[in-house]
Amino acid sequence: MARVDVQGLSVTYEGVDRRVGALNALDLAIADGEPIAIIGPSGCGKSTLLLAVAGLVAPTSGSVRVGGEPVAGPRLHTALILQDFGLLPWKTVMHNAALGLEIRHVPAPERARRVAEALARVGLAEFAGAYPGELSGGMRQRLAVARALALEADLLLMDEPLSALDALTREDLQGLLLDIWRQRGHTSVLVTHSIEEAVYLGRRVVVLTPRPGRVAAIVENPEMGDDDFRDTPAFYERCAELRRLLAAEGAFGEGAS
Amino acid sequence: MRAAVRKIVGYAGAVAILLAGWQVLAMIVDSSALPGPAPALQTFGSLFFAALLPEAVVSAWRVVVSMALGTALAVPLGLVLGRSPRIDAVAAPLIFLTYPVPKIVFLPVLLVLFGIGSVPKIVLITLIVFFQILVTARDAARAIPPGSVLSVRSLGAGGAQVFRHVVVPAALPDVFTALRISTGTAIAVLFFSESIAGTDGIGYYIIDAWSRIAYRDMFAGIIAMAVLGVVLYELLEMAEARVCRWTRVGR
Repeated sequence: MARVDVQGLSVTYEGVDRRVGALNALDLAIADGEPIAIIGPSGCGKSTLLLAVAGLVAPTSGSVRVGGEPVAGPRLHTALILQDFGLLPWKTVMHNAALGLEIRHVPAPERARRVAEALARVGLAEFAGAYPGELSGGMRQRLAVARALALEADLLLMDEPLSALDALTREDLQGLLLDIWRQRGHTSVLVTHSIEEAVYLGRRVVVLTPRPGRVAAIVENPEMGDDDFRDTPAFYERCAELRRLLAAEGAFGEGAS
Repeated sequence: MRAAVRKIVGYAGAVAILLAGWQVLAMIVDSSALPGPAPALQTFGSLFFAALLPEAVVSAWRVVVSMALGTALAVPLGLVLGRSPRIDAVAAPLIFLTYPVPKIVFLPVLLVLFGIGSVPKIVLITLIVFFQILVTARDAARAIPPGSVLSVRSLGAGGAQVFRHVVVPAALPDVFTALRISTGTAIAVLFFSESIAGTDGIGYYIIDAWSRIAYRDMFAGIIAMAVLGVVLYELLEMAEARVCRWTRVGR
């Protein structure tokens, strides 16, 4: 069970000469198995929210609970996928995928089985012995997904995982993420700065205010996950609605920049 | 396999160019102090087992032990400094004050303290290699992208596991580069300390031949020392290719 409850979450960082507020009394509840997308002006604390849920950033005040338990540190079945640097260049594809299991002392035979399954699922089985440097950008993000699958994660946290990819690869990976969610039904939190991606992969889309971030609006997106949703008028309407909400939060800068 | 062949061909070409340059230089200088490659190599061959090899073994042992010691001491300390701002705040001023001091000026002190055997030479080279590797390891550890550490921590890694999976491998290529660069320094310091005081080693052999006005013997010693440097450098390169395989894959 991986429902997520964020209550009154504030995070402030000690800057060089002042305190920087990243999040301000943010409330958010995510149901078990629900896919959520989070979008907002750049620097609005989206990543901080994700890191707090991952147990890597401690709340200044407020609380984060996953599965009813207060988050005190990294949790066994939470997987975090980052845009870059999530993979270790000195480990092979197989060892990268197995890293979480290795750190958690899963026995080797079990580790090998789960990694082989995960690599096969994302189509990287034949690259098990390669290094990340030998893979394309899309394949590297597939590997990051495989690592999360090997963990048998019930909560998948993604921080702009696809933003470095070209448009075609990106759509391909979005399809993969959707397939895997439909198949596994894990709780999914996707931070993105792409409106289309948020509508494609979030059953609810959370819009944050500029820093210090709090929830500005939540857009219900019940058709998410339907076949060919991307090609329907509802998809475009949802995108237009989000664009209006983001503009109201100043996401597109002052004036027309 | 093809890479090995290419390397051998490359080395053969480089050796041929060096020998030709040496020959031309020897003809221009026309002095018994600079014999041509043919007589020098001939002497090198005839003295190899009798005189050069035993001295080279002594020298090689000194420089290898020193570099291993210097690395073993400097890498862990450098990585810890690079990852811990607190410890670094205390230690960095010390390093920055002592790093530029030419450690070689302490040779007389070491000779007084440790005599003229291997110990002062090993201590001196260790000291010099230590500082070069320390500074490199520290900078490499500081340059690790926070995202790399974050992603491994999100998998539940504690401090020791972050070191094992991220910090150590991330710093390895830089450490190897520093090691390869420091072979040159190490051999130079070895020559200096063996020639200043001692009764064995290639450095001693070269200076001894010089004082006997045996210039061909001297050149045989110089060739031996050069070979020692090349062999060390190549061994490090081979070790790096094995240990840091990911840096050799095509991008």
